[in-house]
Amino acid sequence: MKKDIILAGVGGQGILSIAAIIGYAAVESGYYLKQAEVHGMSQRGGDVQSHLRISDKEIFSDLIPQGGADLIISVEPMEALRYLPFLSEVGWLITNINTFENIPDYPDKAALLEVIKAFPRNVALDAEQIAKDLGSNRMMNMVVLGAASPFLELNYDELEKGIKFIFGRKGDKVVESNLLAMKAGREISDKR
Amino acid sequence: MKKLLLLGDEAVAQGALDSGLSGAFGYPGTPSTEIIEYIQRNKAAIERDVCRTWSANEKTAMEEALGMSYAGKRTLVTMKHVGLNVAADAYMNSALTGANGGVIVAVADDPSMHSSQNEQDSRFYAKFALMPALEPSNQQEAYDMPEYAFQLSENFNLPVMLRLTTRLAHSRAGVTRKEVLDENEMHLPENPSQFMLLPAFARKNYQKLLSNQEGLLQESENSPFNQYTEGEDKSLGIIACGLAYNYLMENYVDSVCPYSVLKIGQYPLPRKLVKKITAECDKILVLEEGMPIVEEMLKGFLNGNSVIKGRLDGSLPRAGELNPALVRKALGMEDLVSEKIPEIVAGRPPALCLGCPHADTYKALNEVLEPYGKGHVFSDIGCYTLGFLPPYNAIDTCVCMGASITMAIGAAEAGLFPAIATIGDSTFGHSGITGLLDGVKKQANIVVFILDNDTVAMTGMQDSQVTGRIEDICLGVGVEKEHVRVINPLSRLNDENVKIIKEEIDYNGVSVIIPRRPCIHVYSKRKR
Ligand SMILES: Cc1ncc(C[n+]2csc(CCOP(=O)(O)OP(=O)(O)O)c2C)c(N)n1
Ligand code: SF4
Repeated sequence: MKKDIILAGVGGQGILSIAAIIGYAAVESGYYLKQAEVHGMSQRGGDVQSHLRISDKEIFSDLIPQGGADLIISVEPMEALRYLPFLSEVGWLITNINTFENIPDYPDKAALLEVIKAFPRNVALDAEQIAKDLGSNRMMNMVVLGAASPFLELNYDELEKGIKFIFGRKGDKVVESNLLAMKAGREISDKR
Repeated sequence: MKKLLLLGDEAVAQGALDSGLSGAFGYPGTPSTEIIEYIQRNKAAIERDVCRTWSANEKTAMEEALGMSYAGKRTLVTMKHVGLNVAADAYMNSALTGANGGVIVAVADDPSMHSSQNEQDSRFYAKFALMPALEPSNQQEAYDMPEYAFQLSENFNLPVMLRLTTRLAHSRAGVTRKEVLDENEMHLPENPSQFMLLPAFARKNYQKLLSNQEGLLQESENSPFNQYTEGEDKSLGIIACGLAYNYLMENYVDSVCPYSVLKIGQYPLPRKLVKKITAECDKILVLEEGMPIVEEMLKGFLNGNSVIKGRLDGSLPRAGELNPALVRKALGMEDLVSEKIPEIVAGRPPALCLGCPHADTYKALNEVLEPYGKGHVFSDIGCYTLGFLPPYNAIDTCVCMGASITMAIGAAEAGLFPAIATIGDSTFGHSGITGLLDGVKKQANIVVFILDNDTVAMTGMQDSQVTGRIEDICLGVGVEKEHVRVINPLSRLNDENVKIIKEEIDYNGVSVIIPRRPCIHVYSKRKR
């Protein structure tokens, strides 16, 4: 078992929570894990990414080799595309389609989604709408995680435990709604 | 025992705590910040009351650590690479005083300048100071090295550098813990002149440092962190330092590396091992994260006949951090990339947050400076440096911490008017106060903005040393009371603020304006 995952988004979109939950599930399942994070300067509204590596063998590099990733999981569509050189020939692109436009030259949204749709192995979903329907668009990241979950080769239960572990101290309500958000994302992928 | 999932930084912190640490001293700086942050929230550290509050800057931190070492206890100093420049006076001299209780100087370098103004390699400082250095390749070594380093430090009575780089500092992996050692009892140095660097004593200490070099070399030759693995194929030998070892091995996960490999985790460079690999192999490839220091040492002036490949001959890029793909190319293996970044993707540089107090300060300042044209604002390092970018275009310089006030003084002395400095509250505490004193003494015609957002925002909301004391400091340094002005940077108060800024520009002398409004993230972070 080996899963190399690029997590992408914009500073503040919660990709580190996704990383922490997958990481928790991976470690509980007995796998090796390495997870490179971005701290500092680039967190100020810039692009952020995390390299998450899971394997049943020892992992060397903290960074995923270019052309080696099994998955790109992104909370923002343009950020999803930024890391395409990392994706392997059989890798999947899983992304939210809601743009985060904090730069003057942000590309045309329709054209951007065209590029994503043209990519042969993609799951593109409106995570913001789904999260809103569930009561808070702050859980967009969990919807995206749900959509990615069938590709992870990790037990869904373990991911749920991850959510409980990560959000536990924020109370049962937060845990419950994040679980629902992940489930809603999962259903999108299952229906595909 | 269950593994802990730790960042490289956190592994260093946990390793030090488990090895009898009594105090950690440091100033925040990416990618080193999480070492002390971890100690600050660690239960055992709190129970043991390990000293763990931030220092005003890296020099004060280094000196505080030396004091703790003098008193016989084990201590850790943390900083980013450029912080070592600030600490350099204390650091270089600490090689002559040496240590009593073990001292680890943990420095995190930032090749590729993810969050820094240069990519200097701290191993040069270790060599410069004739100090041993350790360079972990993974989180487990980052955890294991502090105990080893404390022992080395106490055996040789010498501080030891522990060098990290961004990708290890900020990457998580499982770490197995060892047993926890007790802290040292307090005890003064056996030699009462150990910490006395009057020239006559300094000369003696320097001789001792020089004579220790042979022993340090021996330690390196036998170090568990320097490993030689013989390969079948002698056409190439590879010297891989620290993290670079992983990028090498990443290219052989499904096979065995055919070449001889010397993995380096401890300096000075083990001479015998290096001689062995250079003698056995036709060519040498040097992989190091940072500057080509080992490569240059091997090449020297009289390169002989050996072929040394690395950053200096173009096998690897001269600047920037390494990664598996670059190492792959240097090994002559084929590229794996199939996709390019689609053209539609635009760059997304970092920016001031929506509602940032600095933005409103810059808006008012820009309005006042409009008639004077560009080129009047000397700035500093922090979130507010992002004010250089559009739409603000509000500042003109960023060099090193504290340089805003002092460069404004120099420019004012050259005749530039107005000469404005913008400096964050923490940066002011770090190294702006002495500059302000210069300004007062020289009666420079400057306006200094001390941007008080109640925190060290850029590095992730640490406490600022000067919170609640800024006016007192300015008055104490000698700025006149009428010219220390506090404003509230809000757009609805813009006209009022513009007026105050104009008045202070018109005053011929040192003015301080303190725009005071908390960073919008202060409350959320403090709540957590
Ligand atoms: C010598 C040195 N030490 C540390 C740093 C890392 N660093 C960059 S900005 C900064 C502090 C910024 O705080 P402040 O001046 O309060 O400005 P803010 O980010 O809050 O706007 C630090 C610690 C550095 N660049 N150089
Ligand atoms: S983190 Fe705070 S100080 Fe920094 S840009 Fe955002 S609001 Fe401004």
